[in-house]
Amino acid sequence: MKVFIPRDSAALAVGADEVADALQAELISRGLDAGVTLVRNGSRGLFWLEPMVEVETPEGRVAYGPVAPEDVPALIDAGLLQGGAHALGLGLTEAIPYLAKQERLTFRRMGITDPLSLDDYAAHDGWQGLEKALTMDGAAVAQQVLDSGLRGRGGAAFPAGIKWRTVLNTPSAQKVIVCNADEGDGGTFSDRMTMEGDPYMLIEGMTIAGLALGATAGYIYVRSEYPHAVAALREAVTRATAAGYLGDNVRGSGKAFQLHVRMAAGSYVCGEETALLESLEGKRGIVRAKPPLPAIEGLFGQPTLIHNVISLASVPLILARGADFYKNYGMGRSRGTLPFQLAGNIKFGGLVEKAFGLSLRELLFNFGGGTRSGRPLKAVQVGGPLGTYVPESQWDIPLDYEAYAAVGAVLGHGGIVVHDDRADMAQLARYAMEFCAIESCGKCTPCRIGSTRGVEVIDRIVKNQNRAQQVILLRDLCDTMVNGSLCAMGGMTPYPVLSALNHYPEDFGIAEPDQQAA
Amino acid sequence: MRSIPITPALPPHRAQVRTLVAQHRNEPGALLPLLHAVQHELGHIPPDVVPDIAAGLNLSRAEVHGVITYYHHFRSLPAGRHVVQVCRAEACKACGADELMAQAEELLGCKSHETRGDGAVTLEPVFCLGLCASSPAIQIDDKLHGRVSAERLGRLLGGLA
Repeated sequence: MKVFIPRDSAALAVGADEVADALQAELISRGLDAGVTLVRNGSRGLFWLEPMVEVETPEGRVAYGPVAPEDVPALIDAGLLQGGAHALGLGLTEAIPYLAKQERLTFRRMGITDPLSLDDYAAHDGWQGLEKALTMDGAAVAQQVLDSGLRGRGGAAFPAGIKWRTVLNTPSAQKVIVCNADEGDGGTFSDRMTMEGDPYMLIEGMTIAGLALGATAGYIYVRSEYPHAVAALREAVTRATAAGYLGDNVRGSGKAFQLHVRMAAGSYVCGEETALLESLEGKRGIVRAKPPLPAIEGLFGQPTLIHNVISLASVPLILARGADFYKNYGMGRSRGTLPFQLAGNIKFGGLVEKAFGLSLRELLFNFGGGTRSGRPLKAVQVGGPLGTYVPESQWDIPLDYEAYAAVGAVLGHGGIVVHDDRADMAQLARYAMEFCAIESCGKCTPCRIGSTRGVEVIDRIVKNQNRAQQVILLRDLCDTMVNGSLCAMGGMTPYPVLSALNHYPEDFGIAEPDQQAA
Repeated sequence: MRSIPITPALPPHRAQVRTLVAQHRNEPGALLPLLHAVQHELGHIPPDVVPDIAAGLNLSRAEVHGVITYYHHFRSLPAGRHVVQVCRAEACKACGADELMAQAEELLGCKSHETRGDGAVTLEPVFCLGLCASSPAIQIDDKLHGRVSAERLGRLLGGLA
């Protein structure tokens, strides 16, 4: 019999290890331990229910949560091991509406398997994409990625297949695959969950890319704030190498692909691809001017395929099931699914993987259940710290790259941060400028200086020192930052600032709704 | 009597760093992995090891110093015996992170970005621990804590010495 207790960081942060220890001790004291295997799985992503304990029964897995260590004896009394009834019982895991309503493609194994078990991975459709890719030539693999409609999931939404084709067609003795796992956006955790909860999926995606494009080396650049992800990846790489999925002769193909896990060092701007490459080269993470594109001249001057974790992790399924399977999800030019991350002041926070096209309102209320505080929901920031605050008038717009771009918003990496009516939007706008001032790499002036001036101008607006004039100045400054910055750090910091100003002018002391409000 | 020239012995931590340099110097882009290794061994990166790193990797001291000071993760001064990090990113702010930080400052008797006089604890902001659906979140040494209430913070910080 198997009992599952997650090892995901978010489960550990609310006591999953303590629950596992309590369960083991209780089983031993009752002489029940012999027949029970404790599996430390990934998280299902229903974080308000963590630590969530699952038990395998003939009908399927039965869940209990959130479980505290002191609940364990009563749970065993109630027949936990047989899926017995208890106040913490949630019924069959797969039938929990939050999970049942999702379209889990990239996250289809999440929380189901032991993340580091190669047997589990193989038993749940693992390596099928790689096996398929090994029968195809590189151009055909790149074509599948292009045909799937997959776009960069890190936030920029650039068509992935175009990058693949560019790297493929750039002649070079050495090429590199780089995974951007510097998931610095507040309100996002899908990369972390993937690395901790299904690391072989990322390894498989990178290996497919390496073999198809003729790269023999790959680097995963993981933020230092994610030590559990780093540890899981390093162990997974070791095991995959020993099993022949990585190394000098991948699956007997005669092709080599070595994977290296590198730890970042706490710089937000290193999530920008060229700053990341500088950092991997051992330098300060300063943004590079483009061109040259990394696909032509990237890491150590070599053609480099650089993708976010979710982009690369989507590739095995696309190869295994075909481009059309993936493309049939989604709408318009936004194909496939996006793992949305419901975060902040939300009752049911967690991971919701859905095809593009649902509305923010559905996510906030049908999944999220409104605010955790129970107060009115005031502002929702979509797309990370550089995304806009989306006001209620826009909550019914479909979550689609183009539909969001049409109202000056972004989907970014799918992070959704909810604030209740206590949020002070002027202070959040100030925070966006302050964060940019702290994290700017300093290469271009609009970002380096503009962010500091932005903090000062917002302070003057709030204190009503020449308010009307300062608002004009803030808009002018934002225009300079948007159009004059080298990368998205300075170029998009105005998004949260201006959306706060346009949609919540009263928080800036401006009584009349602003004329320029969208 | 013969006089023996005396070379001052290399301080042990610099010898340690030179060993680490030898282990990492052939990696492509070795500086960050090496700095992580040094900080892991010594707890921080003392300024007097910069010349050893620079010489070992054929870089200028300015380049090495520039990298150490660019990244928030690297410390040139030792941290306290415990490091308390309070997340200040948006999701945690939406759940009272600013109040939590103020409370931590009061409980610990030490400001953000500072190490307390007795060396027991360093308090720092952190920008996202990836626990955004379990806000507010903090980290104490290697252990993560989510859904941290004021009362729970008191219990967690009370035990630090």
